[in-house]
Amino acid sequence: MAKLNIDSGIVARCQQAAKTIADGVDKEIAGLTTTSIERTVLRLYGVTGVDNDDIPVANIIVDQLKEKELLAEGAAKNLGKALLSSGLEIAELTEAIAQGEIYLPQLVAEADFSDRRITDFLIKLAEKKSKEINNNRKKRKNLQKELGLGSQPWLYVIVATGNIYEDVNQARAAARQGADIVAVIRSTAQSLLDYVPHGPTTEGFGGTYATQENFRIMREALDDIGEEVGRYIQLVNYCSGLCMPEIAAMGALERLDMMLNDAMYGILFRDINMHRTMVDQHFSRLINGYAGIIINTGEDNYLTTADSLAEAHTVIASQFINKEMARRAGMENELIGLGHAFEIDPAQENGFLLELAQAQLIRQLFPQAPLKYMPPTKHMTGDIFKGYLLNGMFNLASIITGQGIQLLGMLTEAIHTPFVQDRALSLENARYIFKNANKLGAEIEFKDDGIIQERATKVLEEAGEMLEDIAELGLLQALAEGYFANIKRPVTGGKGSDGVLECGKNYFNPFTKIFREEMLER
Amino acid sequence: MNLEPGTGGNSSRVESSAWLNKAAAVDLENLRPYGDTIDDGKIQLSFTLPVSFGPKAKAAGKALLENIGFKEVEIVHVKDLKEGFTFFVAYGRSQATVDYTSLQVVNPTVSIMDYSEINSFIAEKIGRPIKVVGACTGSDAHTVGLDAILNMKGYAGEYGLERYSGFTTWNLGSQVPNEVLISKAVEVGADALLVSQVVTQKNIHVKNLTELVELLEAEGIRDEFILVVGGPKIGHELAMELGFDAGFGPGTTPPEVASFLAQELVLEGKEEN
Repeated sequence: MAKLNIDSGIVARCQQAAKTIADGVDKEIAGLTTTSIERTVLRLYGVTGVDNDDIPVANIIVDQLKEKELLAEGAAKNLGKALLSSGLEIAELTEAIAQGEIYLPQLVAEADFSDRRITDFLIKLAEKKSKEINNNRKKRKNLQKELGLGSQPWLYVIVATGNIYEDVNQARAAARQGADIVAVIRSTAQSLLDYVPHGPTTEGFGGTYATQENFRIMREALDDIGEEVGRYIQLVNYCSGLCMPEIAAMGALERLDMMLNDAMYGILFRDINMHRTMVDQHFSRLINGYAGIIINTGEDNYLTTADSLAEAHTVIASQFINKEMARRAGMENELIGLGHAFEIDPAQENGFLLELAQAQLIRQLFPQAPLKYMPPTKHMTGDIFKGYLLNGMFNLASIITGQGIQLLGMLTEAIHTPFVQDRALSLENARYIFKNANKLGAEIEFKDDGIIQERATKVLEEAGEMLEDIAELGLLQALAEGYFANIKRPVTGGKGSDGVLECGKNYFNPFTKIFREEMLER
Repeated sequence: MNLEPGTGGNSSRVESSAWLNKAAAVDLENLRPYGDTIDDGKIQLSFTLPVSFGPKAKAAGKALLENIGFKEVEIVHVKDLKEGFTFFVAYGRSQATVDYTSLQVVNPTVSIMDYSEINSFIAEKIGRPIKVVGACTGSDAHTVGLDAILNMKGYAGEYGLERYSGFTTWNLGSQVPNEVLISKAVEVGADALLVSQVVTQKNIHVKNLTELVELLEAEGIRDEFILVVGGPKIGHELAMELGFDAGFGPGTTPPEVASFLAQELVLEGKEEN
């Protein structure tokens, strides 16, 4: 494999700065929980369903607890008290709340049990539920072993019809055409909903709502086709926005394989409150890590708003931070799919060499990560013929530098969500280049003082300086000052800040402990 | 290069030669597509039919194009997309023609200036920077187009409005409710509102854009702003229909929008005087 010379001293400085940055974030989020985390705990316990107005029961409960100022000890304890005092099963309780027959704070008030009795009861139940998730992880491993996975770079395509049943047809066709990974794009604006919609959905804008039932439907359809084509087809969704941890829980329960999940994306691109995001991303990653779900980080997005040449180092700085924060949530390196993108202006002279420098540098900096490489979007136009060629160059860069997850570019990127033939053409493009130039990376070397080596050296140095600046400033302040994507966000502003809560001294969330301890044992 | 169609030879540096004006003339009243010979009418197509791959699918692809009116249909590529889908690449000879001489095109009436011309035009004729507030409204999260026009960096080698001395800009980003856009515009005393709409599924953009105009009209402040919309599926005609002052489609560069805003503002000023 062609290798760049990388200054290990700078790498060590980057890692050290990332640790300092993550320490700062840990301090910021210590002792905080969010309404979405509390809803997630309820969902993990099996609270599901909606009332007559389609409001999820998890939201109803958390809103009632918040109103009665009972959330400081966490949703779990309240649920435990309600279950013990009513003698109901979770499904029965949930149904009764959906029907408006039970007001949960009332049951909580009636409960008269020792703290020990409640926590023991809750831990036992949480262990049982965690086991279901762990079984999903084992089932995935077995299926992958039995059916096999495609070779990397994995071919990743999206479906986005808005109708889960139409998505199924397109996803199955894509699998037969050679796709390894199918992502169901979410309906635009779902990230700003403070609840997760329920049931199968057939209408969405620019995508399909992420619901637990939609997850289940697509999982079943892909398992079925996977058996037929003799390859385990991986399923992706979006673990971001105001319901980040809830989506993680749903994905863990329905055996999704990958989740878009970034520590800073929501702050930058959706103007979500910083503390809300930081607290939520941590618990989301605990769940994803425990469930064996690969996360995809969102650094590729920086280059769609900022200059891809001048800001290349911000991608790398962010990767160090995202990785460190994922590690602190217990995630293994093999699950941390750091993101980057092929976004340099095609008019740039030697632009392809600069893309190679960036892709190879990232490959060497994070050798165990299944890197997620994003196709050109910013410079895609209505000229689909040129677009198809750009995507070919992107595929060539990937096979030379050994990327992990290849999000295939669509020739109609600038026009519409993919047509069935757009996806087929993208798969053909990638398969041709990956096969045709398979060992090219192993055959070439980079010149010591060449354009590629010098570019990589410069970008890494800039990333190191940036990380040390941020370590000094603190991540939140750096985000406020526009260090990433040229976007500035106020530290205390943003959406969802009213959902950030301080944990009381009796706060209890058994899943955090179970997930963390079991991951350490693995 | 700015050649009149079919008159390419006339712009040659050569006065006369063996090849000049020897090809058949273009019939502009009955304009047809061109493959490699005048009036061959050749059109390249690709499409998918939701039927399983096979001889019958191929026959269906050919019959479909014949039903559309193509002659000499050639299906040059058929591919099995599996799960009951078949993809076609085809050529056909179009029977349709268009009368180029009588065609009217609706475009924002504007003469396009460059970066420095625009800045001096604004300095001379307006005497202060033009205030522009931009947003992707409704549920739309795609800021690529808005950023291309507004941000410093710009698009296609042209600076964005933020860079111009003649503009002061506010880029509100994605998923901005119409109400927020309006209140920001009122707050800063904007001259123009720039709306970007990328997502057009189920005509969500029409709903968003109509709502903006209705809200402005309800407040009685529609005429205080120049209203401009842009996006990959936006045209000037649609924009006018919806009550905007201009619409810009794909490939629009910042100077086009800047030229329009500057000239429109001067025009409006004159009307008011």
